[in-house]
Amino acid sequence: MPFDEKFTWVSLVVSVVVPGVYFMVVLGQLGGGPVGQIAYQVPMLVAIGAMILVTIAGTILVGIGTGVAIELSGSGSTEDIGRTDERDREISRRGLLAGYVAASVGAVGVLAITMLGFDHFWIANVLYLSFVASSLVSGVVKLVAYRRGF
Amino acid sequence: MVKPTKVANRVRALRFGAGEMTQAELADRIGVTRQTVIAIEQARYSPSIEMAFKIARVFNVGLDDVFQYPDDDQR
Repeated sequence: MPFDEKFTWVSLVVSVVVPGVYFMVVLGQLGGGPVGQIAYQVPMLVAIGAMILVTIAGTILVGIGTGVAIELSGSGSTEDIGRTDERDREISRRGLLAGYVAASVGAVGVLAITMLGFDHFWIANVLYLSFVASSLVSGVVKLVAYRRGF
Repeated sequence: MVKPTKVANRVRALRFGAGEMTQAELADRIGVTRQTVIAIEQARYSPSIEMAFKIARVFNVGLDDVFQYPDDDQR
């Protein structure tokens, strides 16, 4: 499996788990009073920071794991870790484009609820959801391209 | 096996004809990952024209000897 594909898996898993925990914590407070009183700001900042840090840590661990596996099995070369070629770059472009489209659709949604006068809580969370959806769509498109070809 | 590309190739046969060259060796010589060589052999990826020339040069054959693109009525 190319290192970029492994990185995509790490990114995808993090993009599911971290926002999943965030939305469970924050949306779990719905119904307990006005949404304007839900303190989503700190959990959202923590979730964004956690996504970045966990992705970096996961990528490092996958790199180390790949290196150890290569040394133990004796097949392959540690020089392959981090090596990318034109196929990786083309897959990355496709993923970025799909993610951009998803983020754009989300942005239109944010624009709509802003115009309709929704609370800041919903505006911030739909915007965050758009970023998450962008990351998920990008990751899925890249993995499908790696697995099925294009 | 899904084959998204219509471009067929004889890379695998040419590797075996070249002293059973491994996928890793070919990958090193054309500067790509082994997974990309696998994807090309399985027709899951059509390489760029530049990479196609590099592959043909490794086996010292013409481009048509490595890659084929069937006519419309043959697809």
